[in-house]
Amino acid sequence: MGAARAGRIVSAAVPGRVARSLRRWLPQATAWSALTYAIALLVAFPIIAVIVYAIIPAPEVWAHLAATVLPRYVTNTLVLVVGVGVLTLIIGVGTAWLVVMCRFPGRRLFEWALLLPLAVPTYVIAYAYTDFLQFTGPVQTALREFFDWGRDDYWFPPIRSLGGAVVLLALVLYPYVYLLTRAAFLEQSACVLEVGRTLGRSPRRLLFGVAVPLARPAIAGGVALALMETLNEFGAVQFFGIDTFTTGIYRTWFGLGEPVAAAQLATCLLVFVIVLVLLERWSRGQARYFHTSSRYSELPRFPLTGLRAGLAMLACALPVTIGFALPAGLLAGMAVRGGDPLFGARFLDLAGNSLLLATTAAVLAVLLALLLSYGVRLHRTRGTSIAARVASMGYAIPGSVIAVGILMPLGWVDHTINEVMRERFGIMPGLILTGTMVALVYAYVVRFLAVAYNAVEASLEKVTPTMDAASRTLGKTAGRTLRLVHTPMMRGSLLAAGILVFVDVMKELPATVILRPFDFDTLAVRAHELASDERLTQASTSSLAIVIVGVIPVIVLSMAMNRSRPGHRG
Amino acid sequence: MVNRTVTLAAGLWLLGLGPVAAADVVNVYSARHYDADDKLYAAFTEETGIEVRLLEGDSDQLIERIRREGAASPADVMITVDAGRLWRAEDAGIFQPIESEVLAERIPQNLRHPEGLWYGFSQRLRLIYYNRDAFDPDGLARYEDLADPRFEGQICIRSSTNIYNQSLLASLIGEHGEESATEWARGLVENLARPPQGGDTDQIRGAAAGECEIAVANHYYYLRLLASDDAGDREVAEQVGIIFPNQEDRGVHANIGGAGVVDDAPNREAAIELLEFLASDRAQDVFARANNEYPVVDGVPRVDAIEEWGDIKIDDVNVSLYGRYNPEAVRIADRVGWR
Repeated sequence: MGAARAGRIVSAAVPGRVARSLRRWLPQATAWSALTYAIALLVAFPIIAVIVYAIIPAPEVWAHLAATVLPRYVTNTLVLVVGVGVLTLIIGVGTAWLVVMCRFPGRRLFEWALLLPLAVPTYVIAYAYTDFLQFTGPVQTALREFFDWGRDDYWFPPIRSLGGAVVLLALVLYPYVYLLTRAAFLEQSACVLEVGRTLGRSPRRLLFGVAVPLARPAIAGGVALALMETLNEFGAVQFFGIDTFTTGIYRTWFGLGEPVAAAQLATCLLVFVIVLVLLERWSRGQARYFHTSSRYSELPRFPLTGLRAGLAMLACALPVTIGFALPAGLLAGMAVRGGDPLFGARFLDLAGNSLLLATTAAVLAVLLALLLSYGVRLHRTRGTSIAARVASMGYAIPGSVIAVGILMPLGWVDHTINEVMRERFGIMPGLILTGTMVALVYAYVVRFLAVAYNAVEASLEKVTPTMDAASRTLGKTAGRTLRLVHTPMMRGSLLAAGILVFVDVMKELPATVILRPFDFDTLAVRAHELASDERLTQASTSSLAIVIVGVIPVIVLSMAMNRSRPGHRG
Repeated sequence: MVNRTVTLAAGLWLLGLGPVAAADVVNVYSARHYDADDKLYAAFTEETGIEVRLLEGDSDQLIERIRREGAASPADVMITVDAGRLWRAEDAGIFQPIESEVLAERIPQNLRHPEGLWYGFSQRLRLIYYNRDAFDPDGLARYEDLADPRFEGQICIRSSTNIYNQSLLASLIGEHGEESATEWARGLVENLARPPQGGDTDQIRGAAAGECEIAVANHYYYLRLLASDDAGDREVAEQVGIIFPNQEDRGVHANIGGAGVVDDAPNREAAIELLEFLASDRAQDVFARANNEYPVVDGVPRVDAIEEWGDIKIDDVNVSLYGRYNPEAVRIADRVGWR
């Protein structure tokens, strides 16, 4: 603990005497790995709280679960994960390659438009399409009227199904893969690709033989994000009536009143994620990915014409249309037909709260991710690597479980403070941590650190260690090296990481609902309240607002990333 | 000493913390989200000078939050819908018993907890609907009939994850015992027209559009469609007929929206005052009207649409029973594969 405290002091860069003298006798190595452990511990604390809770045996409940619902949870979850994984991989990598490496009409537009579905929460796209495509919706009703069909005369793909969930989730989650992959393609040294071309590689072999293997950490990071988001997705699958591990955890906790068994289910989910991550690491083996050259030049694009250009346009237009334009249009239609009666000044409040939370959490998460991944880079021991993994586990845990995991330790701190204050001053200050934004931001960081970490780590890995060596030889400390050398090089990725967290927080629901302070609502909370009361039409207004507020930073992100491309002029 | 206390208070104020306990505040955790509720709280403030601070959320999550906050919780009153949920709150130990002459006198005995842990303030009915064109309602008069093989492939009902269905199943456990209720649930699952999906409104829509013949949903969802600004919604309501089940025996299954005073409430007196206010004629009218529900206090006018239905026989079993059998209901649903 002493070491951990020292780490924090150094991290805060306290210019005081204490820090300086600490630095003198404390080797920097220790300080940085202590910092790594401190961050990991902080973030892992709620997760550990849940796991500890899960240690108590609950055999009777398990017998019931195993005999009834568990097989369904497992099958559905697996189908969902595999389906979303494959779809996001294809859409994300494919479109990223097209917009980075090819030239076709509309490329510049698609470059940023492909990110737009990121702003659409899974539950919102589910609301929009259900209303549109279900038996009672306009599409099927029109078909029935036109062909004079009855309910048994035709087959229509049921939207509220596992298949429907796979497609809708993939449509709003592929941008994670696209974003990180595109950033990786952009950061790839032109030399590498030019060598590939000089050696006579066709565009396709260049993609699969050079670009994709080089971008592998980023692609894996993107798919991992999409999959973890899938694993703890609650709103859409619940709405569709699909039993997954996450809805099962919720049901066991609150429906069966068995928090212990629920915590055990959550732990199973966690083990599953860890295995998934380890598998990817293991298959990557000892390979490391560095840029060998700092010389960059504008990448020449493959010109596409005729049919190929048309196909490329179609490939890019489809995900944007189905994942963003159509649902946004449907919502806008609903909002006009019968939107939220409270629309107006109250909405500025809601949006302000959402923005405040999202910005705070994003800045904090990126900062921690940067320190964490740099700490691991400096001292890549088994210990620090595990610590970093542990710190990014939160992404796989349902928001409601994290919230409860936070309420336990923070609640204890609050109670202790209250006890002490009452004894010494005779006042009860109330819930300083759990009753304020502190707990909420903490939850967001626990939940979304992985988002930032994956992006930052993938980018940091590509900075060749010779840079570190050079800087350190010139007498710069590790901290200054990070600030002066790495951070500027990684600017694009840091921004990407921040915006991913930002948009994720905008959309986050379960933890926000559980942890938010009094008289403090966000757009997501409002949308959820109305939707859970079956007032979907009214919920459309705030749903649309989430999308709109989320779209702005997404566009900014895309533009900034373009500028961050090495060798980019103007 | 005084100085330090002042500094401390100022610091806490800067952190955005208001006083938890003050003479003129009551902190409400509510699982009801009706915009008319804001007016209700404003009226309470106007009448008593007590300010209402509100935290809305999902019932189960609010319960868990109060539990975790423990003795330092600012929560004074917890409002939620469905006796099953009130029971969960009770089971979690977050309520304290309240004795109030006003409440005892005004709220019927079967709509409050025997020891005063919680009180019901509005009542909702779980009704059966049918497609007027495609279904002859003769022979479907009881909830029990929903399991009859005659209605195979005809019923729309939402997931058993939903508390309304858990409470309905619990009422059948209370009436007929666990074994018989399991048989009923099994028969119901056999009769489903489609896998359970969507909310109550979706079931009514399904019946209206001909996706199924029969639907089960709470009464206010139907009334909301009937009074909607959207012509399509009104058509849906007009396309379905209503069956008030079990009129010849125990009556329609009804549930409550209710509230209780939280254990260790920092503003206990204000909390009781709020509960008593909710039982007043004025508040009853707003509270029930906000969601087209039945007021629980005799003599308070009902919304016109309910008046038009005339006298409906409502099951007068104590609603706390729904909570007692809730875990069993969930297990039965899992066993028979009612999603």
